[in-house]
Amino acid sequence: MTKKWVVMGSLVTIILAALACDKVLTKQPANDAILDGPVEGLTGEQHQIFLRGDVAFNDDVFTAANGLGPLFVSTSCGSCHAGDGKGHPFTTLTRFGQTDSTGNHFKDQGGPQLQNRAIPSFMPEQIPVGATFSKFTPPANTGLGFLDAVPDNTLLSMADPNDADGDGISGRVNWITLPSYITYRPGTVEHNNRYIGRFGKKAAVYDLMQQTANAYNQDMGICSYYEPYDSYTHEVVDPEVTNQKVLDLVFYLRTLKAPVQRNQNNGDVMSGKQLFINIGCAKCHTPELKTGTYAIAALANKTFQPYTDLLLHDMGSGLNDGYTEGSALPAEWRTPPLWGLGLSKNSQGQQYFLLHDGRATSIEQAITLHGGEGQTSNTRFQQLSAADRSLLIKFLESL
Amino acid sequence: MKKYFTLLVALYTASASVAQIDPTLLRRTPKDTGGVQMNMDAVYNRPFLQLGKLPVALGGYVEANYQYLKTNGISEGHQFQMRRMTLFVSSSIYKRIKFLSEIEFEDGAKEISIEFASVDFELSPLLNFRGGVIMNPIGAFNQNHDGPKWEFIDRPISATQMLPATWSNVGFGVFGKKYSKDWVYAYEAYFTNGFDDKIIDNKTGKTFLPASKENPDRFEESFNGSPLFTGKVAVKNRKIGELGLSYMGGVYNKYQEDGLVIDKKRRVNVVAVDFNTTLPKMNTYINGEWAWVHVDVPDTYTEQFGRKQQGGFVDIVQPVLKKPMMGFENAMLNLAVRLEYVDWNKGTFKSTGGNISDDVYAIVPAISWRPTSQTVIRLNYRRNQQQDILGNPPATTAGFQFGFSTYF
Repeated sequence: MTKKWVVMGSLVTIILAALACDKVLTKQPANDAILDGPVEGLTGEQHQIFLRGDVAFNDDVFTAANGLGPLFVSTSCGSCHAGDGKGHPFTTLTRFGQTDSTGNHFKDQGGPQLQNRAIPSFMPEQIPVGATFSKFTPPANTGLGFLDAVPDNTLLSMADPNDADGDGISGRVNWITLPSYITYRPGTVEHNNRYIGRFGKKAAVYDLMQQTANAYNQDMGICSYYEPYDSYTHEVVDPEVTNQKVLDLVFYLRTLKAPVQRNQNNGDVMSGKQLFINIGCAKCHTPELKTGTYAIAALANKTFQPYTDLLLHDMGSGLNDGYTEGSALPAEWRTPPLWGLGLSKNSQGQQYFLLHDGRATSIEQAITLHGGEGQTSNTRFQQLSAADRSLLIKFLESL
Repeated sequence: MKKYFTLLVALYTASASVAQIDPTLLRRTPKDTGGVQMNMDAVYNRPFLQLGKLPVALGGYVEANYQYLKTNGISEGHQFQMRRMTLFVSSSIYKRIKFLSEIEFEDGAKEISIEFASVDFELSPLLNFRGGVIMNPIGAFNQNHDGPKWEFIDRPISATQMLPATWSNVGFGVFGKKYSKDWVYAYEAYFTNGFDDKIIDNKTGKTFLPASKENPDRFEESFNGSPLFTGKVAVKNRKIGELGLSYMGGVYNKYQEDGLVIDKKRRVNVVAVDFNTTLPKMNTYINGEWAWVHVDVPDTYTEQFGRKQQGGFVDIVQPVLKKPMMGFENAMLNLAVRLEYVDWNKGTFKSTGGNISDDVYAIVPAISWRPTSQTVIRLNYRRNQQQDILGNPPATTAGFQFGFSTYF
């Protein structure tokens, strides 16, 4: 009898020990190893909304029965932004039909976004003959609330449209028209009834509400109160997603944490950062920004490190696809934030697909494809010794 | 009014009578041990309880468990689950005419389904006619899925998340067996209602055959009017084991409505192979199944939805102790392990040529104790590695499950 109890006791002890062991029951990844998760400082109520938005973003899969398409690019938000990170070429968007600030001339033929997939029985769109186009790889979602909370005046103060300081960098803002449902952020600057865009590859999106409503509509064919026109019939149809769900999702995007840099005190990483500044990368990829007043207290008046100025820069003919949005020129692209760059592989199938269309499969290749205002930094990068280039890459991978 | 009153009294009397049944009148119907048992016999190869000389026998099984799992370090905590309770009713209507039904209550009563309800007419051992709600004989698990027969709390991923076990439909068909010394040859062939377009248009965001089970109308009408064919051939040797080869295929989409053509006919085809054997001397029991799924997904549809899938499992069960334990005369202690794999999307991305992942690997070591052959108490450790469609670093799920399953 005693023997039995010893055996049973040992078994229970082993199980309890195993339950306490990370190796047996899996370990939570370090905070700096993943992109998802909320910003610090949210209240319990805000965590609830965040969780609702998380479900709407990652778990809500649309089907024909609940509104998908009939033309679409993807069936859920999460399928383009795995782990809230950058996307893969299989969910790359194609936009077409606009070559200058006069607007999209192919709007009546499905522009600006190509819905290249369709539910059974329907035919997806084709790029109309004569339309130029560009492919956009889905960006990471992390830290978007911080970018949203930067005051317009900060962006204008960084802009140098005429290159007054003569450094070869002439960032400018994209002036865009806004849909009627937009609520202006505090300190919004207006110019001839146009406003500053800051999201999207061409900075043609004002805020995360516009981004979300557009993505529902153009990416998944889901009409909402905000974007009621069906992308297939071009008619107003009943909302296929509730306002509350849209608002929850916007809140989720606003409150996703900023990527956390890894090994930032490592000597090589610090040397790489210095090289990054020395060769001029930081002139566009601004290391540090500050938020202003904001509706979500956890995001207000915070200093953060996105490595972007949110401005448009001419990136040269090599990256000119002949397509644009708002007042941006076809060769102009908004500086993408570099934070989270080192974790991109974890959402892109363990490989890099960088630049606006994912054409660069390494960080080094992405740098060497910089032209226009980025050409000087590109040249300086290539003039660095192999060891220094490696340090700079190491720094970028730490972001 | 008088009629209703009489009826009520009759009903009350009947129920009171049942409550007063002398338990000695209940008798166990012995399991069918005639000939060699195969997977296709699993529906009848169950313990039943019969009242006196009534032609109806009852049976069932129940399974419940505790589990504590974590995925990448995040847990939903301690979970107690009543996975399912299943009731069987069988009846010998006449010589060689049998009826059997299986009604399952899953997750409490969240899902109630008739898994099997068919009448079998035996014309000869080689030719039986079956009609009603049948379990499509694809692979072996779909037919032979009773919890008490398995050493593992979770059903195989490939059988439930790729193939749609338990997968039943209304239809008709034939089956038969031929014995030849140590060998048995068997076949089954059925036409039933089938799948629907949910298999490529569902909330999982992947090609998912089990999504068709959401359609409650499939027992009443075919989604597209095209029958699903399921056929299986199997051979068993008393000393070597059993090998089965099965096929299930049909049109899954609605290609016409009110006489109007709305799409081309799109097929789903499944091929499965299953085997089981007991190694001599060691008495090691090995049981496995592998299936390949091919779905005609429109070219214009997203690559998320796999055109090809494959997966399977192998269970190895080693009895380590067979002796009276704690008052149970024929108690048995087993060590077991299950290895399983499913690839929901076998192919490459058009855009990059890279491999499409969307797969899962799992290993499930287990200890099971059987106080009797009809009851099993199981302790499982489960470890899964699941990759998304892009092949990003896998999510690892691991944890312990403890529970029982027993016929009653």
